Amino acid sequence: MKPYWNPYLAGTLLGVVLFSAFALTQGGLGASGAISRIQIATTDLFFPSHVDRVGYLAAVAGGEKSALDHSSVVLLLGTFAGGLLSAWLNGRLRAEIIKGPRITNRQRIFFAVLGGAIMGYGARFARGCTSGQALSGGAVLSLGSWTFMFSVFAGGYLVAYFVRKLWEAPNAAR
Amino acid sequence: MLPVDVTASLGKTAGYLVFFAIGLGFGASLELAGFGDARRLAAQFYFRNMTVLKTMFTAIVVACVLIFLSSALGLLDFARISVNPTYLWPGIVGGLIMGAGFIIGGYCPGTSLVSAASFKLDGIAFLFGTLVGAGLFGESVSGFSRFWNSSFEERLLVSDWLGWSIGATVTGVAVLALMMFYAAEKTEEALRTSRRHVKWLPSNKRYLASGAGLLALALLTWALGQPDPAEKWKLLGSRFEPMLSSREAFVHPLEYDKTANDPALRLVTLDLRPKAIFEAGHRRDARNVQLKDLWEGPLVTSLVQLPSQGVVILVSEDEAVAVQAWQWLKAQGVVNLYILENDPNAPFTPKIKLKTTRKAGGLCS
Repeated sequence: MKPYWNPYLAGTLLGVVLFSAFALTQGGLGASGAISRIQIATTDLFFPSHVDRVGYLAAVAGGEKSALDHSSVVLLLGTFAGGLLSAWLNGRLRAEIIKGPRITNRQRIFFAVLGGAIMGYGARFARGCTSGQALSGGAVLSLGSWTFMFSVFAGGYLVAYFVRKLWEAPNAAR
Repeated sequence: MLPVDVTASLGKTAGYLVFFAIGLGFGASLELAGFGDARRLAAQFYFRNMTVLKTMFTAIVVACVLIFLSSALGLLDFARISVNPTYLWPGIVGGLIMGAGFIIGGYCPGTSLVSAASFKLDGIAFLFGTLVGAGLFGESVSGFSRFWNSSFEERLLVSDWLGWSIGATVTGVAVLALMMFYAAEKTEEALRTSRRHVKWLPSNKRYLASGAGLLALALLTWALGQPDPAEKWKLLGSRFEPMLSSREAFVHPLEYDKTANDPALRLVTLDLRPKAIFEAGHRRDARNVQLKDLWEGPLVTSLVQLPSQGVVILVSEDEAVAVQAWQWLKAQGVVNLYILENDPNAPFTPKIKLKTTRKAGGLCS
């Protein structure tokens, strides 16, 4: 397993990728929009009439529209492939559960799903994820993206103390 | 001139390939930074490992300098770059919720994707959770749609809010990033060693050189300044000139009246005639402005920020004045912009076509 890149170097690469996204597609990067499209497509598969009736869903997948035929979904597939490729080339491709030292695997999976659900809800609420809003909007100086970014950090720091058992070793100097 | 719209210029298949390639770079840089590992991400919130902050702010400041430096050099038209609209309070509330989800689950949507791609089972679980959460939101948003759509600005920049120039704001962002990098390094050092052993003077030569380089590029952006409306028109005029010569940009008074009475549209009428004539009689809700007000400044900023159903109409007895105003505003990114036709014999053909600035490729919406 090779070590991770220097954070500033990885950040520079990410910044150049972000710039190319703007230069070639007029828009930035993101993941949550596509994740939401996948969710809507799944709903459409089982309950098409429900999707057609709810305005927010119909705008994306009403009638004959396919929620998945969208550049953001392609970008998401690329992101997945990029992560896979990089993990493979660096010897990090291994089925495992990443967790803090004090919790069991089952607890970790439970909190991952819970955190994911909170995150998915919040990402729709804020109209974008950390990459779409904070990264892309931050680079083009959108005021809303900057306030959003600081509130994500604030939310994390506010809750971090209460869930320290999930991540920190028992004797962690605090 | 950048930006290009790959899907429009190369077709859907080739365009999608470019999106896929950009995604490859995105996923790879997240993975290389170590964002596929929840412990590394969570450590940010216990001040142990500040990789999240360092990588994110490096990416933001690098992309920001590249965008505005190329705009200052006349290589990129910033008016055609999509800027996330501001929904101030929904963004703040959503951000707080996401921060909580981040520390409980250990990822954000993009990083969970990369984690899942490298077979981390908790990443897959998190990703599944985001699908559930996004679904719950779709079902519940109707209950608070008024709040969710409140405090909206189409294109509000930090520079507009501060009242600074773009160049000054970019420099400010670079300085802020460098200060945060310094604080992050020292925080990690202080938690690694005891506080007495922290060396407060930055000593890593490579970091110092990169920081100086970044600051120099930001200052260069500031020194060059963003192109003024006339320079922008020189760069972009060829794209928009046909709208003037074919008289696509001129609307018949009848169409004006129809538009003014359409409740679905938001009409902004700018009357460029001299004040005395304006006061003697003008169109309902028209606003008297002078050509110089349309060069740059708060009025132009507000026109650029009009929502997508906003239509701007220019009124003048002197067509040359109206055309000049049209060119300046068009070059600065006012989208739905028309001139009121003076010729009473002009044929009546409806011309107002609403164009939304929001790109279909707006990825996180």
